[in-house]
Amino acid sequence: VMERLKLVLQYFQSNSESISNGICIILALVSVKLYTSFDFNCPCLPQYNKLYSLGVMIVPPIILFFLGILVNRHTGVMMDEWMRPIGNRSKNPAVVKYLFSAMIQRALLAPMVWILVTLLDGKIFICAFSVSVDPALFSGKHISFLLYTIFLIMAKVPCKEDVIFRNSSFRKAVSRYVRCHSQAIGWSILLFLIVLGALGRLIKPCFDDHATFLQTRYWSNYLDVEQKLFDETCVLHARDFARKCVVQFFEDIREDSLRLPHPVFISKFREECDDEEEQLHGVTKQEQVDQLLNKWYYGKPELDVSRIAYRPRPCVTWENHEGKTLYSDV
Amino acid sequence: MDKFRMMFQFLQSNQESFMNGICGIMALASAQMYSAFEFSCPCMPEYNYTYGIGLLLIPPIWFFLLGFVLNNNVSVLAEEWKRPTGKRIKDPTILRYMFCSITQRSFIAPAVWVSVTLMDGKSFLCAFSISLDIDRFGNSSVIQGMSETEKLKFLARIPCKDLFEDKELREAASRYIKCISQACGWMVLLMMTFTAFLIRAIRPCFTQAAFLKTKYWSHYIDIERKMFDETCKEHAKSFAKVCIQQYFENISGEMRGLHRHHSKHDSDNEDEDTWKSDEEKLLGIRAQDDMNKVLWNWHTCKPPLALRKEHEDGEKEGGMNGNINGEINGFVKSHSHDVEKKEWAVYYSKV
Repeated sequence: VMERLKLVLQYFQSNSESISNGICIILALVSVKLYTSFDFNCPCLPQYNKLYSLGVMIVPPIILFFLGILVNRHTGVMMDEWMRPIGNRSKNPAVVKYLFSAMIQRALLAPMVWILVTLLDGKIFICAFSVSVDPALFSGKHISFLLYTIFLIMAKVPCKEDVIFRNSSFRKAVSRYVRCHSQAIGWSILLFLIVLGALGRLIKPCFDDHATFLQTRYWSNYLDVEQKLFDETCVLHARDFARKCVVQFFEDIREDSLRLPHPVFISKFREECDDEEEQLHGVTKQEQVDQLLNKWYYGKPELDVSRIAYRPRPCVTWENHEGKTLYSDV
Repeated sequence: MDKFRMMFQFLQSNQESFMNGICGIMALASAQMYSAFEFSCPCMPEYNYTYGIGLLLIPPIWFFLLGFVLNNNVSVLAEEWKRPTGKRIKDPTILRYMFCSITQRSFIAPAVWVSVTLMDGKSFLCAFSISLDIDRFGNSSVIQGMSETEKLKFLARIPCKDLFEDKELREAASRYIKCISQACGWMVLLMMTFTAFLIRAIRPCFTQAAFLKTKYWSHYIDIERKMFDETCKEHAKSFAKVCIQQYFENISGEMRGLHRHHSKHDSDNEDEDTWKSDEEKLLGIRAQDDMNKVLWNWHTCKPPLALRKEHEDGEKEGGMNGNINGEINGFVKSHSHDVEKKEWAVYYSKV
């Protein structure tokens, strides 16, 4: 089970785009669940119907949009890249634009899902627009009231429990009528969005330079990975720093305050520590750490790793007794 | 390196996602508690408002405090705040950062309770039914002849299904109040999300460099505390082992010495090794008073954040460091500058 878990974790960690997509889809599912669990309560009063319904149709998408931006990891990466001082690394506005558009596209999914579900379900439309339906359309029931009473009555259509409309076919007829409109609008919006997406996919290669697109996508992924790795390295450094600080504290207090003799075996303990990889990279003081973090923000290093890549390392060559090379690292 | 990274990821994700997990569990608990709670409005004009609004506001305060109680970082924060300066200066920005992150996590469960209560509408109905203007729901003939107190009592009974006779009036009134309550709920959610958005998305514009620093050092404080606890535990274990061995030695005296002389060639080699490693773990501190002094000093006089050079393996500060304890510095680390020549291995085949 641990192996499986490790594999799954590795897969997700490796591709930050798939994490973002996953979160985006989860948020869309949350949006659907929120709609089904929300107890829609039409006031059935002529002044408030429209206000309430349009409020329920518009405010939750705004909330979901902000949530979508918040939970997306790329928001932080984009803001960092946009706001940082230039340092040793030039800024590429195309990368910021790519990240921004990706973030906005993902954040728009959950609000669109809410609006579509609302329209396809129809309750909210019935609540909002039952007053605007002309009762004369539905023959079979003669209602001769004053105009205001008609208005009031139409406002009560969404409320099944009302005594006027109990088991009334008139109410059902009006509800069907408005729901039919609402669903038509919902399906049209869905069709429009899908056509837009398909067109965008098909036409984009004609306009965009694919080569630059590959570059921007590479560098935006790089920025994400770089930030993650920096955080990881900082955490490992902090761990090593802490361990050495604690050991140093024990040694100091033993020598200064307790005046105890030097134990013979302390060197072995140190060697055990050093067997693990050295994580301090020479940064051993608080001021050095502060300076390092400051420099990471104010003067980001240039994108050139030739110095480490071409560092000399030991190479092994195997030769037989005639001098013929059997294997070589070179 | 890969193995290290896996372990690190597990640790890191463990610490933060543990706190996030607790946060999520509390939010679910809050929603579940609301649905399990049996809301019973008193339906009396003197108590309706208190009950309704009290149920809206007091459980969130309780959840907020519970969030503080369950969060491990609170004791870390308190310790860092209250410790004497010692050799390490205190940084107020770190305290602020820790406090902010604890508070943000504790806000989620109360927010869930408030949202669910407002969306459900019962508490608003209970609290505000007496302030309704009954005329707009038609049928105001019922209350024409009533005095003020009787009117109030009549209106206060609206939230209770069993006590109120006029069903349509009750339905209309409760719909109206519920609609207002839900509108308030959505507004509260919108404000909270917008505030969170401002904090998370706009903050990098202002204080990113300082933020990196505070994040690093607050994480460091947490890890250092854990490391110290681990070291103390190891020390206590070794102390106990050595203490017990000494006791047995004292009790048995010569017999033990004879016995060891005979069985020296047996399995005692392993025992020697473990005995030596236990001695090492004691780090030279072998008496109760010394250990007490160590623990006392850890709080009253924290060490400065500056490691001495013996702890480095002579990487950037030049090849072989002077060694105080006679240790032999490791020669090759994978990223040492010194190895520039290429090794050749010669292989002789039997053919």
